[in-house]
Amino acid sequence: MPDWFTPDEWSAVALSLRVSVWATGLSLPLGIYVAFVLARREFWGKQVLNGLVHLPLILPPVVTGYLLLLTFGRKGFVGQYLDMVGIVLAFKWTGAVLAAAVMAFPLMVRAIRLSIEAVDPRLEEAASTLGASPLWVFLTVSLPLILPGIIAGAVLAFAKAMGEFGATITFVSNIPGQTQTLPSAIYSFLQVPGGDPQAFRLVLVSVFVAMAALVLSEWVSRAIARRVSGT
Amino acid sequence: MVEVQHRFAGFALEAAFEVPSGVTALFGPSGSGKSTIVKAVAGLLRPDRGRIVNGAQVLLDTATGINLPPQKRRVGYVFQDARLFPHLTVRQNLLYGHWFAPKGAEVSFDRVVEMLDLGPVLARRPGTLSGGERQRVAIGRALLANPQILLMDEPLAALDDARKAEILPYIEQLRDSTKVPILYVSHSVSEIARLAGAVVLLQGGRVLRKGTVGEVFSDPSVVNAMGVREAGSVIAARIAAQDDDGLTRLETSAGPIWLPRVQGALGAPVRVRIAAQDIILSRQRPAGLSALNILPATISALRMGEGPGAIVQLRVGEDLVLARVTRRSVGALDLHVGTQVFVVLKSVSVAPGDVGTPAGTLS
Repeated sequence: MPDWFTPDEWSAVALSLRVSVWATGLSLPLGIYVAFVLARREFWGKQVLNGLVHLPLILPPVVTGYLLLLTFGRKGFVGQYLDMVGIVLAFKWTGAVLAAAVMAFPLMVRAIRLSIEAVDPRLEEAASTLGASPLWVFLTVSLPLILPGIIAGAVLAFAKAMGEFGATITFVSNIPGQTQTLPSAIYSFLQVPGGDPQAFRLVLVSVFVAMAALVLSEWVSRAIARRVSGT
Repeated sequence: MVEVQHRFAGFALEAAFEVPSGVTALFGPSGSGKSTIVKAVAGLLRPDRGRIVNGAQVLLDTATGINLPPQKRRVGYVFQDARLFPHLTVRQNLLYGHWFAPKGAEVSFDRVVEMLDLGPVLARRPGTLSGGERQRVAIGRALLANPQILLMDEPLAALDDARKAEILPYIEQLRDSTKVPILYVSHSVSEIARLAGAVVLLQGGRVLRKGTVGEVFSDPSVVNAMGVREAGSVIAARIAAQDDDGLTRLETSAGPIWLPRVQGALGAPVRVRIAAQDIILSRQRPAGLSALNILPATISALRMGEGPGAIVQLRVGEDLVLARVTRRSVGALDLHVGTQVFVVLKSVSVAPGDVGTPAGTLS
């Protein structure tokens, strides 16, 4: 633990990083799948799915958090069953992961969907005539070509998860050392007289993490785009 | 064997034909259903009704519900737009289908690279290749998948004339060196005249005529479908002598003709294409004419056009050729079926290869 942070500050930073990594990692496979379905398939209820995915982007975060509480709280209609098998999300850091994942999901899906729509489906046809099964076509042609979009989507989702506040504080509260993420900690410090310097240090951390993520994603995306453009 | 029926908005396709070894050309104007048929053979489109059999393997039979997915059909598909994978090198592109092909594949990587001259570009990426190079890679990629039939869907249509001339010899060499039947889609009469052994002529979704290139291209009834400027027959010849003055003597079934130097060994088969509009007919053997190539012929069919033109089919030796003349000339020369005439060839084009008779029969 670096000594320029107090234990409370550090645990908030560490928790936010952990929550963001898990939220991004766990939602990525589903994000790629949903993006694929929205980009390529026509089915009844597509607009409903599209609306559901995008809802957290438009709803007040506090509403999303409350809906999560209703659904995944210990007495919620999904939460009560999870509770029976020993999984509790509300007021736990795992709940923060869920909240962050839900809030970041639309951004992730949008970025990936755009990159899928840019892939020429005729390349996939060509791969299938060369003997590749749909799974191999996806792994050897589609996936490499949408990789820049996946990275962009993952970084956006990570940055969003680092900054998620409204839904998180509603769903898992703001318990130091347990569910107090970076934004929650900043909020708490700002509520205390004289807490401004501490809040400001965390603000700097926030800005640094966000910038680093953006620079990294830009760099990786460019390298891959060069590869993918075939030059 | 290909049998396909498919209904589009305002357009019905109904075609049945066989693909013998060698090159079978699917020929017709755009919108005649060529590409639809090829897509159906590859499994990229499911026709309303149809049956497609490759050797002993049923690829599609809508009556019994068999419909193999593209990856199980073992077709090599060369697309008009190459469709190389941009994220892979030329080498990786070439080996893509090879990887999925059954082991013990007959085609070797080195052989394909050598035949298509791809050695210098193996390490490059598709984005840096010229159009002609891209198409060569696409052909090699399809071949290395070890297909049982090769589908070439207007592989030259996106290229300029110089690039076309660059690729055609490779396709000729491929035709002469592989046993894999090739279904070649084109709307270019000259490409087909150079490459094809058999021709399936499509118009408005139906087979207008099918047969060997010699039969189809010398049929007066297909002239309109080919376009009067493009119409012309293809006959077989052999290189008989390389004369000192730069001319080559070719032996046709009706006698010798001379052309500016044709490369090739003595005895090598060549295909001679004679455009219908490049023939002059004469009742007597012409004298005092600069034209070198004059052959005796007998009129075997006459077809009057609706305009001022007429199409004359002539038997020249064992071959049939078409000539386009005016109706006025038909009257003035008193031309009838059976009339003996002389054909004066104003110009002909020559390509290597045998016109041949396809190994299989067209039904």
